[in-house]
Amino acid sequence: MIADIGKGAAVLFVAAILQVTLLSQIDVFHGAPDLVLVTLVAVALLRGTIFGAAAGFGAGLVVDTATLQTLGVTSLLLTIAGYWIGRYGETTGRDRSHAPFLSVAVVTLLYSLGALILHYMLGDPASASRVLLDAFPFELIFNLILTLPVYALCRRLFRPPPTGLEEVQLLG
Amino acid sequence: MAGVLVLLSIALITIYFRESSGGGLHQVQSAGSTVLRPFEVAADRVSRPFRDAYGYFAGLVHAKSENNRLRQEVAKLRQSETLNLAAASENADLRSKLHFVSSPSYPKGFEYVTAPIIAQVPAAYEQQVTIDAGSISGIRQFDPVVTGEGLVGTVVRVARNVSLVALLTDDTTSVSAIDANTRAQGVVKAGASFDHVGKDQRVEQGDELVTAGWKDGGLASIYPPGIPIGRVTSVGQNEVDLYKHVQLQPFVNFETLSSLVVLIPKSR
Repeated sequence: MIADIGKGAAVLFVAAILQVTLLSQIDVFHGAPDLVLVTLVAVALLRGTIFGAAAGFGAGLVVDTATLQTLGVTSLLLTIAGYWIGRYGETTGRDRSHAPFLSVAVVTLLYSLGALILHYMLGDPASASRVLLDAFPFELIFNLILTLPVYALCRRLFRPPPTGLEEVQLLG
Repeated sequence: MAGVLVLLSIALITIYFRESSGGGLHQVQSAGSTVLRPFEVAADRVSRPFRDAYGYFAGLVHAKSENNRLRQEVAKLRQSETLNLAAASENADLRSKLHFVSSPSYPKGFEYVTAPIIAQVPAAYEQQVTIDAGSISGIRQFDPVVTGEGLVGTVVRVARNVSLVALLTDDTTSVSAIDANTRAQGVVKAGASFDHVGKDQRVEQGDELVTAGWKDGGLASIYPPGIPIGRVTSVGQNEVDLYKHVQLQPFVNFETLSSLVVLIPKSR
């Protein structure tokens, strides 16, 4: 468990640094890949709700600190995203091959909506058409492209937890 | 557990939003950004060749339209030679070749700090970048930020080692500006429109807009006068609106920014 925490922290820290230094500069109609979100989805799918929520909170703090944005905004969104995908990860559905892609697609949409609402509430001049019509399609495509390598990497780092079912030999 | 983290996030947002820029959470964030800075700088250095390559290919995509625009501009400049504007074009050409801070357009009464961009906020919300210089370099909130091409924006938040710069194209950025040819006054908003220009004022397509740098009693614009902002691309008006509809194209190419110059008043 401690090893998992260390690996999760390291992966999300690297993802957050790459996000703010490199990936946020890619701008196709205001859409950019969100490596932190994709990594969080992969980790939450593999490790469940608590791990997903905590990882989202920590990654959000790093992003908000590095970009000097309002502390807690990204944490709030990623905590909810991590928890929600963690719940999906605790069902049998997570073993389906399309699960990571479906999760990333749904979370990218909900994250965009959530971020838009939160920015509205904080009084930021966010444009709904820019976020949902211009940026979202490209962000979704970028995130889906990232899903395969990121999920494969995370799957290697976080082996699936034991199911609790052991092979038994019936005697008599 | 997840509920606690959600509540903690909401508490952080509330406290951060309500406290002053010198408050406890801001101090913690400033310290955190100082800790993260070496990682950001390292990642920036590693990724610089990839970003340069991306910038190069992105530039190629726009090369064709840029070429046409430049051809038209050359034709215009040739015509304007007879109107004694060659000196102005030569000046602009030389100014672009010289280092900005040693050029005549460098505003008087200002020192400067150059700093590379080390992080960027997702473009869908804010057009803001984080630069690798903060309060220990003398930077304060609302210091103007420029490059050799023209006005880039304003410092909106300062930590010890890093600062947040709102670009000219950010929705919150407004700059008092004047038309360098006709002296028409207005406000450049989000780097895209030249607003509050009365219908009685004259603005023409191709005019250059520069910062107004006004001063009224104890109040003064945060921008020094004469910093190039952009070129007027279209002018229109109708009977309903009080003002003209003026669009502009900033001189600065915000897609290829890598380092910025922060102007610091000597009088501070």
